[in-house]
Amino acid sequence: MEQKTKVHAENGPQEITVTRTFDLPVELLFKAYTKPELVEQWMGNTVIKLENKPHGSYRFEKKDSNGQVVFSAHGTIHDLKENQLITRTFEMDNAGFPAQLEFLEFGSIDDSKSHLNIKMVFRSVEDRDNMLKLPFAYGLNMAHSQLQTIMEKLKQ
Amino acid sequence: MKLRRDVFQAIADPTRRAIISLLAINAMTPTAIAENFDYSRQTISKHIQILTECEILEQEQKGREIYYQLNPHGMREIAEFIEPFRKHWDDQFNKLEQVMKSHQSKQ
Repeated sequence: MEQKTKVHAENGPQEITVTRTFDLPVELLFKAYTKPELVEQWMGNTVIKLENKPHGSYRFEKKDSNGQVVFSAHGTIHDLKENQLITRTFEMDNAGFPAQLEFLEFGSIDDSKSHLNIKMVFRSVEDRDNMLKLPFAYGLNMAHSQLQTIMEKLKQ
Repeated sequence: MKLRRDVFQAIADPTRRAIISLLAINAMTPTAIAENFDYSRQTISKHIQILTECEILEQEQKGREIYYQLNPHGMREIAEFIEPFRKHWDDQFNKLEQVMKSHQSKQ
């Protein structure tokens, strides 16, 4: 079966490209990236700030059930063209990774399908490879905190 | 000097990626590989050497000729390394699609 989300790490020495086709019109796909209440739902982070304009900035964070910040990231939005493009930087706080540059290209396939192409450019090949290794730990943490939330609901 | 080679070094260069694509179809001799490129035989040999050190290629002696072929273990290492990252994005995007579909139906 062909995978819906594809990752290409070989495109350049310090790049990663992530592509995905969505069963959504491009307007909705773009909205998922620009409306804070929607970003929060699919990313699972709290949006502290999200200025959707050229030279705007953003900040996301995630707290555990004790109110402790377990993840926070921020960046500046260099450019933004509705339903077409977001060019931004991304940096996690206290994670030891330098900022990366991201090009998010949105495209319409037809009235109900769209396409997203994210190109991430890293400071070095080593930084890229470390980023590729990250979801092991990150993914596990997310699963654990989700499990915890579900369990806590059951307890009530 | 100790050589530092990993699989990502193998695929960081466009010529080496082209060599991998060629060899994905069948095993080839260094001469046959070099015929596909405008670079010198020496340049291609160097790329083959790097790919071999990265354990992406392996040699097989057939009569008087040496054939190069892809090492499935090396290639799998690249795929496995990327997979958790891909999975992470796939999960996130599935969620995005789900969130936006319910958002759409609410309108």
